[in-house]
Amino acid sequence: MFVPCDRGGLSAASDFEGFTLLMPAVSVGNVGQLAIDLVISTLDMTKVGYFYTDCLVPMVGNNPYATAEENSTELSINAEVYSLPAKKLVVLQIRSPFIKNKYRPFCETLLSWVKSSKCARVVLLSSSHAYQRDDEQLLGTPLRYLLTPDLEKAVGGLMQELNWKEMEKVAAYPGINDTDKVLHIPGGGITKLLFTESCSKGIQMAVLLKFCSEGDNIPDAFLLVNYLNEWLQLIKSEVSTSNNSTDPSSQWKIPSSWRLLFGNGLPPALF
Amino acid sequence: MATFFGEVVVAPSRAGLDEEEEAREETPEDREIRRELEKKRCRRRGEIDVLWTWRSGGRAEEPLVCSRFIVAIGRNAAAFLSSFILDSVCWEVVGVVKLWNEWCRTSSTTNVLPTDSFCLFYRLISDPTVLLCQCSCYVAEDQQFQWLEKVFGSMQKEGLQVTILSTCPVADYKTQESTLTLASPFLKALKTKEFQEQVCCPLLEQPNIVRDLPAA
Repeated sequence: MFVPCDRGGLSAASDFEGFTLLMPAVSVGNVGQLAIDLVISTLDMTKVGYFYTDCLVPMVGNNPYATAEENSTELSINAEVYSLPAKKLVVLQIRSPFIKNKYRPFCETLLSWVKSSKCARVVLLSSSHAYQRDDEQLLGTPLRYLLTPDLEKAVGGLMQELNWKEMEKVAAYPGINDTDKVLHIPGGGITKLLFTESCSKGIQMAVLLKFCSEGDNIPDAFLLVNYLNEWLQLIKSEVSTSNNSTDPSSQWKIPSSWRLLFGNGLPPALF
Repeated sequence: MATFFGEVVVAPSRAGLDEEEEAREETPEDREIRRELEKKRCRRRGEIDVLWTWRSGGRAEEPLVCSRFIVAIGRNAAAFLSSFILDSVCWEVVGVVKLWNEWCRTSSTTNVLPTDSFCLFYRLISDPTVLLCQCSCYVAEDQQFQWLEKVFGSMQKEGLQVTILSTCPVADYKTQESTLTLASPFLKALKTKEFQEQVCCPLLEQPNIVRDLPAA
């Protein structure tokens, strides 16, 4: 599945032992994917390979993180892997939806790749339909986390310190029987499947998700990536001198491909 | 979804998953009916056949030696090849792709009308390593990978140069100005870093992308 880029002598480029794999779920508002774009763009991560898969709709374009003429002509496809060895971070970006009936094979292949490449843990960024929240979830933070039992042992305490909220389970048979609780992540794409499979395979996985709706999801992406940063500390959150708050939003670099998300310019003849 | 200005942009479900959990509400009979429909669809639509006509039995056993492969995808690109490149003197038909999906069906006949849906391969008689493909049929997204593997799987790929011709609506082109004032049609290109020759037109700028079979 994983095809490394030909980078000459950098054979270590595809050695991910002990790394954290950060990846998005294709979910409501594409928030996970937008957040991953911010991470790759800000940390100026190097592409180390891609996934050759028949599970995602094909697409291709020029480098979405281009900053200048010189680096704008590298082709980019639907599932690519970037790495930053200094932070032991490897990032998978997914840029197109799943082909019908292919999401299960993708999840299976992905998790085998995680095991074979010996990644220490997986952090999945996702989102869920805001309109499905219950009364309690409507109040307070729209951000949630989930940890597989293996990761819970390692970092569960840290989540408590950060005052994070765990994703609530819902009644399996609402109105009939409130005692059987299940995990329900509407609009989360493959999130639930990946999480439950990781639990059963003993993979350390964390899910970070935000409740949101379709629309302009850029602010949601910023909130989610700042949430991630509270834990992984990917960038330093500098204290802002103007209002004395630690808001690292301005330190995330928006990639050039985020231009024109809401349509082209207006025809002058209109006015 | 409406943009800032109010033009309507198609935003299909981004969760990208049919909510198959909802299927738990079905009765066993509904589930059986759905499964049978899926099976029928898969049976008819599943296999893509690539039939090479110069080989006995219609299937290539050895890989085809190919130096240049030009693929025209979509009716416009296919028509371009028909109008300006193909003729019965210099080119011969060497293969056909047979497939079925909800949008079109191709047959194994090589005698096609311009209005048919077809996917044919031609070879330059004077240089049999130059291959051309005219694909005017729609290859569905769950067939694209198979098309790719079967077509390229028949070819020896060392030293192969591939050129893909395709068209997109101008309205899909993302640019700072309005597309109404753009002089169209216009050409844009994408190329791999291995392609060292001069490209005849500007490269496709971000955030534009190409999808479906040309992307595959």
